[in-house]
Amino acid sequence: MTQTPEAARPLRILIAKPGLDGHDRGAKVIARALRDAGMEVIYTGLRQTPEMIAAAALQEDVDAVGLSILSGAHNTLLPRVVELLRQNGMGDVPVFAGGIIPDEDVPGLKAAGIAEVFGPGTPLSEIVQFIREHTPPRHAVGHQSSIINHQS
Amino acid sequence: MSRPSKRELARLITGIENGDPNALRTLREWYGRAGRAHIVGVTGAPGSGKSTLVAALTRLARSRGQTVAIVSVDPSSPFTGGAILGDRIRMRELFEDEGVFIRSMANRGALGGIARSTADIAVALDAAGYDLVFIETVGAGQAEVEVARVAETIVVVEAPGLGDDIQAIKAGILEIADILVVNKADREGAERTMSALQAALDLSTPSAGTAGHHGPGALRRVEAPAANAAGWRIPVLKTIATEGTGVEAVLDAIARHRQYLDQGAGAQRRAQRLEYEVTIRLRDLLLKRAMQQIEPARYRALIEACIARELHPQDAAQALLNALSREADRTPVE
Repeated sequence: MTQTPEAARPLRILIAKPGLDGHDRGAKVIARALRDAGMEVIYTGLRQTPEMIAAAALQEDVDAVGLSILSGAHNTLLPRVVELLRQNGMGDVPVFAGGIIPDEDVPGLKAAGIAEVFGPGTPLSEIVQFIREHTPPRHAVGHQSSIINHQS
Repeated sequence: MSRPSKRELARLITGIENGDPNALRTLREWYGRAGRAHIVGVTGAPGSGKSTLVAALTRLARSRGQTVAIVSVDPSSPFTGGAILGDRIRMRELFEDEGVFIRSMANRGALGGIARSTADIAVALDAAGYDLVFIETVGAGQAEVEVARVAETIVVVEAPGLGDDIQAIKAGILEIADILVVNKADREGAERTMSALQAALDLSTPSAGTAGHHGPGALRRVEAPAANAAGWRIPVLKTIATEGTGVEAVLDAIARHRQYLDQGAGAQRRAQRLEYEVTIRLRDLLLKRAMQQIEPARYRALIEACIARELHPQDAAQALLNALSREADRTPVE
């Protein structure tokens, strides 16, 4: 029954809704699915500016950022989040998006650094899988040692 | 030490949560510099409005020139280990304030050592220079009470209409309160909640005040609050946190409690708190060591025996402990 901190460490994911639309059902469904997959989800609610999202991601030290957007302002808001994360030294934190995003906008968003865009109807398991595969490994120096080993 | 960036601080906190030895090494270096911040625990039943109150207190403290850190602890799912941490929803206008740092935390279950990591995170935020550190927890269980106990000043928040929560508060959380707040005071039943709290206070503290003496000023402090053993008179305050009403009195009471601690009472409290902290850390270490040494098959067999009612759980625990002691006898002391 050995536990390493690394093995026990849940992923921390920020789920945010940029822009002005007031529908957060999709975001909440994702949040619950990630929780049920054993992740710690920081949910910040509606009408977040890219600045607020980047500030929350920074302080919460998240492993990934998920943005749900229905307002149509994705082409300006999503790349801005990526840019702000980079400015904060969090360029390796993947940003994924969901909501109503036309197919023709996806290549541009990916070029701007959005890791993936999940359309309506994407199976939740696919999103969970994506996060598990794309979060960067933690600076894991000494991750084999437990606190107890450290004390001796 | 130069002041760490928010990025450095955030990563250190992750390391503390994960029991990363590097984080603990940094923390050891920082420990000597901590001790300046005022660590305030805010606890209460779900739905009492703790997050909104903490946000309102933070705004006010900022306007008084203080920097503020908030650690918001919510339970992990016992089934999946995951969590949804939503306290930031009530704090949105604080996200971009340079003088505010907000961190959401999941308690990671009973074996997660939440009291230990919260205490360490408070040290980190303290050493990083924040004047006021709020630790917000759901006052529902022993773990949360432990978390609150790492604070110097403990605010217990109640709200009208939460049913049996007053009973829960009587049972445990009330005894750790330095300040009691009845939030959502515009709701029906606020007066009843006030008098129930006051009555509970009078029962649990040596010098009874004049309970149930409410003047016409709806948001006035109840007169002659009960005093705890060390002479601090526990105020019972009303707030409507969403409007900011009564929040000033709470922040003043928090500051007054700090003064009270600084005038001598604090030394004894600090000694008690650290003794408590060392004890819970020892308990966590012992439990962790035990869980690492216990043979999983043996562990499961004993649980099965309890399920079949062939064995009392106490005897199962004793059997596990006996096996550990025999193990310890065989291996030389390091």
